[in-house]
Amino acid sequence: MSTKTFSVTVRVWRQPGPGQPGAFADYPVTGINPDMSFLEMLDVLNDDLTAKGVEPVAFAHDCREGICGTCSLVIDGKPHGPHHGVASCQTYMRSYKEGDLIVVEPFRARPFPVFKDLMTDRSAFDKIQQAGGFISVRTGSAPEANSVPIPKDVADLAMDAAQCIGCGACVAACKNSSAMLFVAAKVSHLGLLPQGQPERDRRVLAMVRTMDDLGFGSCTNQYECSAACPKLISHDFIARMNRDYTKAIFRSAFKPVAGGGEA
Amino acid sequence: MAKLDSKIPAGELSGKWRRHKADIRLVNPANKRKYEVIVVGAGLAGASAAASLAEMGYKVSCFVFHDSPRRAHSIAAQGGINAAKNYQNDGDSVHRLFYDTIKGGDYRSREANVHRLAEVSVDIIDQCVAQGVPFAREYGGLLDNRSFGGAQVSRTFYARGQTGQQLLLGAYAALSKGVASGGIKLHTQSEMLDLVVVDGHAKGIIVRDLVTGGISRHAADAVILATGGYGNVFNLSTYARGSNATAIWRAYKRGACFANPCFTQIHPTCIPVTGDYQSKLTLMSESLRNDGRIWVPKKKEDRLKPPGSIAEADRDYYLERIYPSFGNLCPRDVASRAAKRVCDEGRGVGLSGLGVYLDFAESIGRLGEAGVRERYGNLFDIYKEITDENAYKVPMRIFPAVHYTMGGLWVDYNLMSNLPGLFVLGEANFSDHGANRLGASALMQGLADGYFVIPYTVGDYLASQKPGSRPSTDGADFKAAEEGVAWFTSKLLTVKGKEPVSHFHKRLGSIMWQYCGMARNKAGLEQALKEIPALRAEFWENVNVPGSGDTVNQSLERAGRVADFLELGELMCRDALAREESCGGHFREEHQYPDGECKRDDVNFGHVAAWEFAGDGKVPIRNTEALNYETVKMSVRNYK
Repeated sequence: MSTKTFSVTVRVWRQPGPGQPGAFADYPVTGINPDMSFLEMLDVLNDDLTAKGVEPVAFAHDCREGICGTCSLVIDGKPHGPHHGVASCQTYMRSYKEGDLIVVEPFRARPFPVFKDLMTDRSAFDKIQQAGGFISVRTGSAPEANSVPIPKDVADLAMDAAQCIGCGACVAACKNSSAMLFVAAKVSHLGLLPQGQPERDRRVLAMVRTMDDLGFGSCTNQYECSAACPKLISHDFIARMNRDYTKAIFRSAFKPVAGGGEA
Repeated sequence: MAKLDSKIPAGELSGKWRRHKADIRLVNPANKRKYEVIVVGAGLAGASAAASLAEMGYKVSCFVFHDSPRRAHSIAAQGGINAAKNYQNDGDSVHRLFYDTIKGGDYRSREANVHRLAEVSVDIIDQCVAQGVPFAREYGGLLDNRSFGGAQVSRTFYARGQTGQQLLLGAYAALSKGVASGGIKLHTQSEMLDLVVVDGHAKGIIVRDLVTGGISRHAADAVILATGGYGNVFNLSTYARGSNATAIWRAYKRGACFANPCFTQIHPTCIPVTGDYQSKLTLMSESLRNDGRIWVPKKKEDRLKPPGSIAEADRDYYLERIYPSFGNLCPRDVASRAAKRVCDEGRGVGLSGLGVYLDFAESIGRLGEAGVRERYGNLFDIYKEITDENAYKVPMRIFPAVHYTMGGLWVDYNLMSNLPGLFVLGEANFSDHGANRLGASALMQGLADGYFVIPYTVGDYLASQKPGSRPSTDGADFKAAEEGVAWFTSKLLTVKGKEPVSHFHKRLGSIMWQYCGMARNKAGLEQALKEIPALRAEFWENVNVPGSGDTVNQSLERAGRVADFLELGELMCRDALAREESCGGHFREEHQYPDGECKRDDVNFGHVAAWEFAGDGKVPIRNTEALNYETVKMSVRNYK
């Protein structure tokens, strides 16, 4: 617990609505405690702006413990800020000092249009998920849980991929606005598990096609995505997805795709 | 007075659910598509309900205020989910899970509901594994378990420290499948602001689009609320910032009874408060109590010394001392109160004196740092980010924080409120946890309600409604409700006072924490019942909600939620004052044994208190539903 406070200037992207022009505005924030989170610093700023009759800065946030994937700030050019493996909400003001100028922007990518200020529309991720990011299992029809053993290393690897919080930092970090890391995480999580095999080909084909249709770019193996990922999801999963995709394409050329796929 | 018929089936306890399923009415497959069901919320309960009902053929509309259903706060649950699988061969059974939950809830829940929960717990694990939830496994490939508070068996399934996330992503995947198949229409960034009641039945909702500000009407044959708990009344809690009571509170004001509102869970292991700017408190999973030992110095004067310099003989491992048989794994309410007592004695650690140590030195000695990292690595990381301290080297400092609400809208055995057609699932209802919830049981209840209860029970109600009889949204009730929402929104925007919404939320939170927190008494609650209405009046005169209603306006969203908290907080205090006993998380200082344990009064308070709205400014009506224990004998909880 620290008692010494300091002041910074934040340069924030202000944009009144979708498709409207935006601009940066500078605001001083005083009385910052090093134990404050970055979002709490924005709360302080917003109460201050409210008192001055300036409309507060809209920013997306919810759980404030790094798991819901709502917060989505680009801080000084880095999605989720200066630290590795954390979300914006887990960035603390002890990373800054008196007099710093901090630039705050929304995630910038064509498939993520700005709603307002620092909030973007990331519903494209839901659409990719709806294209096939599931195992079709009717409620009540599941077999006994221990009837299918899964080797521990396989389950652990699936969990590594499944940790994705769907924040979109991978897209924001990529110069091509590619969503490959997000899609690869989901495809790998389900594709690694025995339960995911029946729909494996169909899933990867449908999710990749939807990703492309929504305007996300291609992967050129720079790995900015995994560097920005708050859950440190490995870009190795992209290679895994590419293998899955290639196999699925070949299989679908010679016979109906497993699971009744339409590719 | 509201009519409260719990509809608990007759007959022997373990056969109630089986017989009930066989007896209740069904809707034929061709008719299912003629019924529309609204689901509000897409956490574990809402998403699982929406997905399951759509699979059955109902037309489902799902409304969430988040930008994606995957963001619901179920996602933050860390430790695990209970199920009576007995994979550990340690004597677990449906009956034991049932008994532990009843006892953990301090005999204030319904036997029949809890038994059903224990019965379907095993199906939940099967369902989630089939969906691809990557639960922790042993080297043989089978599922692993850990133990949790209030139980002497290992029945908790987990996915590292992110069990809620993985279960929610499973339910979200099922929901996504429903959206893809056309069975579910998904409305994101859509906040329910009123319930529409037509001829005494819940038949629709009024919704505000949080992006455009547009207000719209939606009709259905049944409405399901799965909107979570109301712990943010306290401002500081482990809830997400957006978690709110608005949907259930507006339903209460439309006639749904609110049961046991004062039953709040204060979780013992959270990161302590550091300053008044703070927006939330972060939980450190209860699973840490498997391997961490809780202590404070024996002597007050040692409390600011470096913990490593305090000799073993000068430490008080108070939970192990007071509760030798459950030790560090006693239930949450018991552990929280014990922490409060040692801090009240002046032995709390950290600058504020509001903290106790959770120490891993012994387990690091036993398992090695790598072993501890494998079990709890992500929790240690979270702790480091927030406190800048390395818990592998120095003990964690923890303190209790508001975490869950056992109270909620009153529901019968079918999970239907006293308003016909209104169903309430998950944390939003009151039904299964009594006066205290055991760890790893919230995830179980959310999924039990959504996957395995509502699919049966909603049909029983719909079978009584003629297909196609759903009212039009052009009707007078819909029009009036929409006008009410528009009026309320513009009222918030026109006060234009001096203080931001956060100012009122913080003040409400401190009143609630002081008078209706871990320990309550008559004088304090009466004081709160004076202060809250005064604060509410001040809010409506002096709140400053900037901006307009026709765009994204987060201040406006929060203002509406805080306006509701300012009313609900009063009801919680009223309920706490009326319940002249101590039970579970409700601790009235006047009612305790000499050793500081809860003193229940089963004769006068062995009931559910279900509050009925009587109009703005009027004292609500306290209805009761007697709790009939047919199988378990109500006794004094003993974890010693």
